[in-house]
Amino acid sequence: MSEYLLEARELTKEFPAAGKKTVHAVSGVSLQIRKGETLGLVGESGCGKSTLGRLLIRTLQPTSGEVLFRGQSVTRMKDSEFKPLRKEMQLVFQDPYASLDPRMTVRDLVAEPIETWKLYGSREEVTERVRELLRAVGVPEEFLHRYPHQFSGGQRQRIGIARAIAANPSFIVCDEPVSALDVSVQNQILNLLKELKETRDLTYLFISHDLSVVRYLADRVCVMFLGKICEIGPTEEVYEHPRHPYTRFLLDAVPVPDPAARGKQIHLLKGEAPSPADPPSGCRFRTRCPYATERCAEEEPALQEEDGVRAACHCAGKW
Amino acid sequence: MLRTKQKRTEQAADLRLQSQIGEEERFGDLMRRMARENKTAVISFFVIILMVLAAALAPLLTPYEENGMDLLHRLSAPSTEHLLGTDEGGRDVLTRLLFGARVSLLIGVVPALLSLILGAVLGAIAGYRGGIADAVIMRIADVMLAFPSMLLAMVIMYALGGGILNVFLTLTLVNWANVARVVRAQTLKLRSSEFVEAAQIIGVSRNRIMRRHILPNCLPTLLVLFTLNIPASILTESSLSFLGLGIQPPNASWGLMINTGRQYLYNTPWLCFAPGAAIMLTMLAFNFLGNGLLDVLDPRMQKQ
Amino acid sequence: MNDRTLEVRNLNVTIRTDRREVRPVNDVSLDVLAGSIVGIVGESGCGKSMTARAVMGLLPYSGKVDGGTVRLCGREITALPEKERRKLRGSEISMIFQEPMTSLNPVIKVGKQVEETIRLHTECSREEAKEKTLAMFREVEIPEAETRYHCYPHQLSGGLRQRVMIAMAMVCKPKLLIADEPTTALDVTVEAQILNLLEHLRDAGTSVLIISHNLGVIARVCDYVYVMYAGRIVEQAATEVLFGRPTHPYTRGLFRSVNSLREGSATLETIPGVVPNLFRLPAGCSFSLRCGQCGANCEKNMPELLETEPDHRVRCFLTEKEDAE
Repeated sequence: MSEYLLEARELTKEFPAAGKKTVHAVSGVSLQIRKGETLGLVGESGCGKSTLGRLLIRTLQPTSGEVLFRGQSVTRMKDSEFKPLRKEMQLVFQDPYASLDPRMTVRDLVAEPIETWKLYGSREEVTERVRELLRAVGVPEEFLHRYPHQFSGGQRQRIGIARAIAANPSFIVCDEPVSALDVSVQNQILNLLKELKETRDLTYLFISHDLSVVRYLADRVCVMFLGKICEIGPTEEVYEHPRHPYTRFLLDAVPVPDPAARGKQIHLLKGEAPSPADPPSGCRFRTRCPYATERCAEEEPALQEEDGVRAACHCAGKW
Repeated sequence: MLRTKQKRTEQAADLRLQSQIGEEERFGDLMRRMARENKTAVISFFVIILMVLAAALAPLLTPYEENGMDLLHRLSAPSTEHLLGTDEGGRDVLTRLLFGARVSLLIGVVPALLSLILGAVLGAIAGYRGGIADAVIMRIADVMLAFPSMLLAMVIMYALGGGILNVFLTLTLVNWANVARVVRAQTLKLRSSEFVEAAQIIGVSRNRIMRRHILPNCLPTLLVLFTLNIPASILTESSLSFLGLGIQPPNASWGLMINTGRQYLYNTPWLCFAPGAAIMLTMLAFNFLGNGLLDVLDPRMQKQ
Repeated sequence: MNDRTLEVRNLNVTIRTDRREVRPVNDVSLDVLAGSIVGIVGESGCGKSMTARAVMGLLPYSGKVDGGTVRLCGREITALPEKERRKLRGSEISMIFQEPMTSLNPVIKVGKQVEETIRLHTECSREEAKEKTLAMFREVEIPEAETRYHCYPHQLSGGLRQRVMIAMAMVCKPKLLIADEPTTALDVTVEAQILNLLEHLRDAGTSVLIISHNLGVIARVCDYVYVMYAGRIVEQAATEVLFGRPTHPYTRGLFRSVNSLREGSATLETIPGVVPNLFRLPAGCSFSLRCGQCGANCEKNMPELLETEPDHRVRCFLTEKEDAE
């Protein structure tokens, strides 16, 4: 019996790209998620975080490596074997406008997972359950027969969340669930996600480019750069003492809502991110890293553990 | 716990107060809204109803018979006796127009509907399943489209022989490929949309995704194709009749009437004009109604 | 001598939909002093982008300016004929947008696109224009300018595209650059680079008007800030003053939201409810429905934008009372 709810072993996903190139979206990622914890996944666009999220819930199949759910290899299962596990792993989308069918009412949208899994028999029971779910996510029940376009972004995201939790999953991937929302509404949704996690015994993978959002929700955080994990460990430890230079740059680049912080000279990352179709040799971050040495070009750093944090850098914490 | 509950009721009250949500709409409201916002559509709807009634009640509306020849009054101009004049056999044009409506409306609607259903199902399967199904369906469609549609219709009609059922079949076979292509393109777009991915993650089966998500979202396109196919079918049938392959004289259809009247166009233009106007009216009515339905059926167009 | 690059007074914008009218910009007055970066902050639908578009003369088809003046370096421009406005755009005022991909023509090389802008507004040969373009590319810190000149937009990263947009906006040395959410679509590390670039432009003498929903961005580069809510300015002050003493309940709610997230409090602060629909604004203060301190007066009347201390204006009935506390 595994102590982890979900485990990724050497996951790799490559996509074919123009000109016979391959995009290395995710390269050899291994990570574990314990039951009941929230793992934050941060990184910039194109670092493979969304791909990784979809690999974990098997909406994408990896090129190599495997995903274990409750100790069973999900990757090697046949579709029919996997089917009962489908409802255990759900996803909350970034864009609440695109992820809800515009021609379905709120009732039908939220009822869809319940009907798919035949959790309740009669139509009345299903509707009653939909009402319960809407109450749980804070959408007034009397809007049952409205269409998505009649709601604001925050309300739509609540509906998306109701759909995700409708079949009582145990693991939810939240793919940038608040980045399309206004600041004040964003906090409402974050509060809701936190509350649901406690009341419904959920485990989250929380993907975001916003470091403060991840800091708020995540127990542990994983920083990705160009398809690889740079650093993974308990959130406070990583934020306070980043061991990988890239984590430091990410943290420094976030604009602070305090004009007094302006004078403080921040470390700025120079240049452009390398292309995932043509990653540099050795450490993938070395072309932008001010501390890079010859060794970084030749030898790829492995994840090394120190005080519960694993970082992939030859001079972790010593730069 | 109590606090969160209280907070939530407050929030709900808030939402109700200021959200963008309008009142719920029932079917009656829907029709009333169409009546309010799109008067042409409503008028078109009644025009179509009227035409159907007129076609159905044709024998009661006219003292003449469909094929009542009266060679003494050939090609007479419109008068109080013959409101739209008579044709080369002395038959009352209005009477033939009413009887012709039976055939022409059926020929407009039935093949358009059949080709729509056939095309939509095949197109959706091709687009959503991909692979071999896609290749087979679309190659057949390509072959159908590669022939000039008139030629194709002639070949099929020639093989099958005349008669109204064969006309339905022929027009369906000629028109489905176009529908299938459009629906396939739409399906491909929808297949990669986020709400379809969302349904897949929920575990909805492929058939159900097609029924619940893909086809309903193709509806606007289908409606437009439907209204365009009706007049096209009427016209194709008229050409077939002209070539002696469609509806056989002495029975009347609008297309046939135009074609026989064509020879007398110079001296007695009403022979062509009356059925021509009837075809145009039908086409416009279905078009306007289609547009009106599109607006009303799209939930996004509902008042906010 | 006029040291105001932009002077907007009592600007109104109305948009006609089917048979209703809304006013996404209502009685907005703002100044951009020469050589400063001014920010407009607010949530989606508050009218901040519409204000910028009105200044540019790029309102959507159904929208029009009805009332108010816009002066650019002392010259009134709202009444100018379209031909004159067009001449101003690109040469005197320019604008950059959130998504640089959609504002660049995908089938023309980026260098050519910048070159065209130059040749449109100035008399010069192709060679001169190309030289200017390359110089501009270097100025906005595009690495390997010559190679990038021959790239198509899709071959560039988001950050580079935004730099190209800025280069295009800056080639004719405009007096005012309007940046509508310039970094929202970009990663944080690239965002920091672009913000630095905007500061350099300011130091080189261009005034900048930044529109953003991100308080961090505003705090980082702006000298003066306007806060908009439901089409109106509800608070305005110098950046340090505003961030030090936010006064309007809405501004304070925004700050509490952002800060509680940063500090990681157990339950995040929120502003209850949602941004109101412009069709259904409350009778009195637009914020009254979401305001925790809403009084009877607030529900009936719209407060004025009044000075609470020198150069700090707030649109709220409660400010006096709060001073007393």
